[in-house]
Amino acid sequence: MKTEKTFRNDGYAKVTGRAAYADDISFTGTLHMVPVYSDLVAANNVTIDYSKALKVPGCVRVFTAEDVPGTTHFGQIEQDYPMLIQDTIRSWGDVAALVVAETRETAIEAAKLVEIHGDQIKPILTMEDALKPYARVVPSYGDSNIVVHHKMRHGDPSSQFKQCELIVEEDFETQMVEHAYLEPESAICVPRQDGVIEIYGSMQHPFSTRRFTGAFLGEPLSNIEVYTIAVGGGFGGKDDTAAIVCARAALGARLLSRPVKMTYSREWSVRESYKRHPYKLHYKVGVTSEGKIIAVQASLYADSGAYLSVTPWVTWRSTAQCFGPYSIDNVYADVYGVATNNIFTGAMRGFGSPQVNFATEQIIDIIAERLHVHPLGIRRINMVKQGSSTVTGQILDKHTVSMEEVMNSTVHQIGYRKKYEKCSHGSSDSDELYGIGLAISYRGASLGAEGMDFCSCIISGQFDGSILLETGIHENGQGSESVMMIVLSEQLGINLKRIRYRRSSTSNIPDSGTTVATRGTIMGSSSVVVAAENFKKLLSTHLADRLKCTPEKVTFHNDKIWGLTYDQSLTWEEAMKELFLQRVTPYAFGTFKAPEVSWDDTTGQGNAYFTYVYSCQAVEVSVNKKTGKIKILNIVASHDIGKAINKAMLLGQIYGGVTQGIGMALMEEVKCEDGKITTLNFDTYKIPRMTDLPEMTGVIIENHDPQSLTGAKGIGEPALEIIAPAIANAVYNATGIRCRSMPITIDPEELR
Amino acid sequence: MSDTITINNRPVTVCEQDKEMSLLNFLRERCYLHGVKNGCENGLCGSCTIALDDRSVRSCRVKVKKAIGKSIITIEGMEYPDGKLHPLQQAFIDAGAVQCGFCTPGMIMSAYILLLKNPKPTREEIRKALKGNLCRCTGYQQIVDAVQLAATYIEEQEISPEAGCLKV
Repeated sequence: MKTEKTFRNDGYAKVTGRAAYADDISFTGTLHMVPVYSDLVAANNVTIDYSKALKVPGCVRVFTAEDVPGTTHFGQIEQDYPMLIQDTIRSWGDVAALVVAETRETAIEAAKLVEIHGDQIKPILTMEDALKPYARVVPSYGDSNIVVHHKMRHGDPSSQFKQCELIVEEDFETQMVEHAYLEPESAICVPRQDGVIEIYGSMQHPFSTRRFTGAFLGEPLSNIEVYTIAVGGGFGGKDDTAAIVCARAALGARLLSRPVKMTYSREWSVRESYKRHPYKLHYKVGVTSEGKIIAVQASLYADSGAYLSVTPWVTWRSTAQCFGPYSIDNVYADVYGVATNNIFTGAMRGFGSPQVNFATEQIIDIIAERLHVHPLGIRRINMVKQGSSTVTGQILDKHTVSMEEVMNSTVHQIGYRKKYEKCSHGSSDSDELYGIGLAISYRGASLGAEGMDFCSCIISGQFDGSILLETGIHENGQGSESVMMIVLSEQLGINLKRIRYRRSSTSNIPDSGTTVATRGTIMGSSSVVVAAENFKKLLSTHLADRLKCTPEKVTFHNDKIWGLTYDQSLTWEEAMKELFLQRVTPYAFGTFKAPEVSWDDTTGQGNAYFTYVYSCQAVEVSVNKKTGKIKILNIVASHDIGKAINKAMLLGQIYGGVTQGIGMALMEEVKCEDGKITTLNFDTYKIPRMTDLPEMTGVIIENHDPQSLTGAKGIGEPALEIIAPAIANAVYNATGIRCRSMPITIDPEELR
Repeated sequence: MSDTITINNRPVTVCEQDKEMSLLNFLRERCYLHGVKNGCENGLCGSCTIALDDRSVRSCRVKVKKAIGKSIITIEGMEYPDGKLHPLQQAFIDAGAVQCGFCTPGMIMSAYILLLKNPKPTREEIRKALKGNLCRCTGYQQIVDAVQLAATYIEEQEISPEAGCLKV
């Protein structure tokens, strides 16, 4: 049994039930708020009558858009999402009113009496309909249902296709996926006597919550204080929606001058929260007789749903990383976001890459088969190597390009070569067909050219030698606080027990951007290093005399601060006291700014990300000939993450990411009828259970990244983005059936 | 005799109006046992799992009146009176089985019932016994590790797997 002892600063609270999530927190006099939906999917001239609801004993107030003191519409890019609708309904998840009552049960009863009427219009539910000439324009802004169009113009593929030995043209389709964090959205907001609204919410990052709330209330950011509390999973899904829930509860708290709690049911959560974008992907790929890919043309369409959210950023990643970890000289890509009346789509772990990889890593296997080249060989010929150019024209020379090392690791660990020879290809003596498949990727870490990328850290030494630490990265369950503490303990050479991670508040640490995009470890831990350097410099300056040496000779290790000789040392208790006696505050601030990136929108060229994580996952499957049931037998996942800081949690990220990828590959799909979601709970929206999974092996490869101050990169998203194509390739090798859409299913009829 | 439920080894009196509540809401709202989590309210996710007379049940699917005269253990009853963690709790930390933590209490309670009946479960047996508990973070592997590790702790330290609150 593999067990690495883990450090988790929140472990004790979470195994004893003491960890307080938003719905576990109460204040005296708390009121309860619930959302009101209409059954309309698309409508104009909407009217809302809540007079009957107000007559329910215990119902305190019903809010509609008219009550909002600030702006009613939000979005990180385009302010088009209505926190409360006005006269137009664009999707089944739209919220018309907010009912507040003394108890949640009363609020739910009263909400049923709110009457919403409107002139129903025919909803646009497919991208094909949205793109038809003269189609009704869904968004409130712009004049087209194409809400974003990214281009890549690299070389000249059309002139190259004629020189190709093989041209592969393929279409793929991916489905809408729900985050399914186990804790539904919840927020409790409290009006403080000094005029500040305090927010305790299940949000993935506090700063967007503060921005949304400030704008909604029409108040300055300094009026809103958002605290970090335990969050029951996010996976990209508690960015906009959870912030919106917090802002709505804050409206109640401000206007009613009482604490207001808003806790979603699973059904409301699934109905209203944004999802993973469904994609339609078309690729034309030209290959030489040696197996070198020399030309790619790609057209990708992503269903953005009724609101924009972060569709331009998701589709940007699909553009910058439009064809795997391969160095290809001629690539044209056009990636579109399309508005429809479906539930809106936004950030979800993987962020525009799982969809692309599902297509491209299958295309690689298709090419290998048609050219009679080994799937490993075709990857090796085309993959990025040290100093290679990416499809965006970026030269990879600032970190170790370990794509081949990572692929070899997985191949060796699972025994791919031998097992590949044993694949059934549709025929076997028993009922079970056997197949093995793999997929590789590189993933740009952190935001890249998507946005501003920096993070801050505060270290505050206390009189008794204990130390408070805080960073701008938010704990969502991934263990980020523990990582920051481990890094600080290494930097200062101190025992972990000295460090307490301070409960973060937006009024204390500066806005450090969002905890998304596999940026927590790389940005947060680097900021800890910067602050720790400043802290050590301050201490060295003021302790050098006591240690009888010059400041640059002071060292920090073995839980002490040292001069030149072993008899010259100070305990942290002595050192902190000494600083206070000198009237020097042992306090340091540090900000890490991500290295420069660049992007040209017209050509889709530039240094898209400052570094990349390299991944290879392989999977063995069996497919039952009689039932078509796909069973996963074994998984190996290798990732070059730079440096492992908390190894057991790192493996946990790998296993968890792989499992979410398996869910997407084999079972998960948000289903809709006429724009209304029918998979509202875990009976119809099935996510992987313990018995659906095999034992997995995670392999950590550590090529320290010189651009990260700890050498560490990240793992959140790389872990999820390639298991689906690996499964599709394995299923193909078992059955001879190529699955071009997800979830992957095999019709046993086709096996006869 | 009044209607009582023994919760974490203490008698709790149930008033008439609460008998139709779900145990989940009763435990959270009346007893302030917030370690019992609400993930789906339909008995599908296992976040609200408790031990009811040595069976693991979804507290969202049981009415309060059905528990009268019975004994309940929640996650809050697992640690020992001196504050020491139950071997399962310690093993969940040590094996890295905790991420967001929302499924953890229910997961530990299902594992508790398993270990009472089967002190040395195989990985297969653990997976079968805990399949009613959903986790979206961990991929379950380190949870299976944790349950096996807890079984080892119990065996090596020669302690009873009983919940801590029962040791008074």
